[in-house]
Amino acid sequence: MAIIDNIKLALSSLTANKMRTLLTMLGIIIGIGSVIGIVTVGDSLSGSLTDELTSFGANTITVSLSEKSSSDGGENMFLFGPSQPKEEDLISDTMIDELKVAFGDQIENIGLSESLTSSSANNGENSANIMITGVNQGIQEIDGIKLISGRFIKDNDLNDTKNICVISDLAAESLFGTAFNIIGNTFDVTINGIKQTFYVVGVYEYDNDIVASLSDDISTTMYIPLSTAKLYGNSYDGYQSLSVLGNASDINQLADDIQKFMASYYTHNNSYTIETSSLQSVIDTMTSMMSTVTIAIGAIAAISLLVGGIGVMNIMLVSITERTREIGVRKALGATENTIKMQFIIESMVICLIGGILGIIVGLLIGWAGANLLGYSARPSISTCVISVLFSMSIGIFFGFYPASKAAKLDPIEALRYE
Amino acid sequence: MSQKIIEMRNIKKSYFVGKPNELEILHGIDLDIYTNDFVAIVGESGSGKSTLMNIIGALDTPTEGSYILDGVDVLHASNKQLANIRNKKVGFVFQNFNLISRTSALKNVELPMLYAKVSSAKRHDRAKELLTLVGMEGRMKHMPNELSGGQKQRVAIARAISNNPAILLADEPTGALDSENSRVVMDIFHDLHDNYGMTIVLITHSQQLAKEAQKVITISDGKIVNIESR
Repeated sequence: MAIIDNIKLALSSLTANKMRTLLTMLGIIIGIGSVIGIVTVGDSLSGSLTDELTSFGANTITVSLSEKSSSDGGENMFLFGPSQPKEEDLISDTMIDELKVAFGDQIENIGLSESLTSSSANNGENSANIMITGVNQGIQEIDGIKLISGRFIKDNDLNDTKNICVISDLAAESLFGTAFNIIGNTFDVTINGIKQTFYVVGVYEYDNDIVASLSDDISTTMYIPLSTAKLYGNSYDGYQSLSVLGNASDINQLADDIQKFMASYYTHNNSYTIETSSLQSVIDTMTSMMSTVTIAIGAIAAISLLVGGIGVMNIMLVSITERTREIGVRKALGATENTIKMQFIIESMVICLIGGILGIIVGLLIGWAGANLLGYSARPSISTCVISVLFSMSIGIFFGFYPASKAAKLDPIEALRYE
Repeated sequence: MSQKIIEMRNIKKSYFVGKPNELEILHGIDLDIYTNDFVAIVGESGSGKSTLMNIIGALDTPTEGSYILDGVDVLHASNKQLANIRNKKVGFVFQNFNLISRTSALKNVELPMLYAKVSSAKRHDRAKELLTLVGMEGRMKHMPNELSGGQKQRVAIARAISNNPAILLADEPTGALDSENSRVVMDIFHDLHDNYGMTIVLITHSQQLAKEAQKVITISDGKIVNIESR
């Protein structure tokens, strides 16, 4: 007996009792629907977060100084607090130059920065809150700074200690009333109690996010040459951390390689070594965490699928009892045990398959609504849908098998006599 | 020269074999039926005729004895082989019709052919032909609950002969019908016997119907007590 005949037969017996079929399917619909819904919301969430983080620069590796942990390191930290690195502990320009040579094309750019202080910039009556940060040229690309006019700090500027700066459009508007045609203008900033006058060489677009725009007194970054920052900050010649823009297919591997290379300078340093971290590793951790959570919740939802499956089995058993006589007739007409078994397994598969497809539709709607409610774009996972269809079919087979075997084993004489 | 279709030797049937309440229903039946025979098996209820019918129709296997149906040893057949015998060698007609509900007359007639793996087109043509033969050509698409008792039985007969069985086994085929419809059904049996060479075994308790057969076998208390040929 062909599969197509069996499917037609299953459909005709399922439509004979529409209400019962629908209620049975409901278990599967809810089960599949909740799994798909949860997975869709989870995928949308982690997908959106990954995109957001990637826009920050997934290829950026942070190389930073870190304290060596001694055997009693933990206690030490507790008793004396973190110690300040001395000048000989810091990452030197020589190390950076050698790093560039050693990794060649794999390093696209190196960003150096040093936060100086938060202060207030003044131009006559006008003022703006600023955070002063000394940078090199590489920071522009690494931090993704978009210029509106003028230029960014160049590596040439680091050769002496000029009072030049790049300010945000917000700061420019506060200080000069406009963000345009202000290159060459000056304003005053007090650093460590001394008033300094800075020339504006560039204006960048402030990437205003929702949280910051709630406040009126936004403090925006004012970029000055690193050399100037070191002069005013009286800080050591060297860096506690630097950002490397990598150009490799496996950023985590590159981060490990850089860590090994840089740590070699610190083999004989008792207190410090180098650690690296990349955004990619953060993204990986987050993605795996999100998928663990999704799987855990999905597994709970899958329990409802189990309940649905038991519902299917129950209704199949009822249906077989009701149709005992029909089974007897079919056997008298020459149906083999396998034919009968197939008929009922296919019937339960059809229930589960239709339920599964409806469940996917319901789940995608839930997922779409949920993702939108959380403010992310919905990302339905095709693979989850395909797996769900296959899974619901296997539920049909699994929970249909016992009732179908029971039907197949019925004694034809007993079945024909059944009232 | 007609061929032997059924050859039964010393058929015994017991229930609860090996248990204290073992019960022997048939006590050694010898039965020969030839091609194009029209045999009636009569007996009171409890005489064992239903058990005999189940054995003839391969729904049940005897406990002892030998049974050859159209050259096939039924006694040693597997469940699958028994299903195959019921499908191809035996056509059942029941007292209560036993049409599959929610399935049209046409689909009911097609069913044994479906199990015999006949192609869809052939099934369809043959079912139409058979329904025409029993005078049901106008109601092929009707569901069983839209048919009268007589009409149901005619569909059931068409279904029984769809795979061209070696014997047509009818168990009280007119038991649930009025006299008019009984006549129609019996006329169809005669037509099949006379004009299509069908071998028919009719199980009944009615002496009147049994008289229409060529041979009447009377069963009582699990034994054949009389064979009357005309």
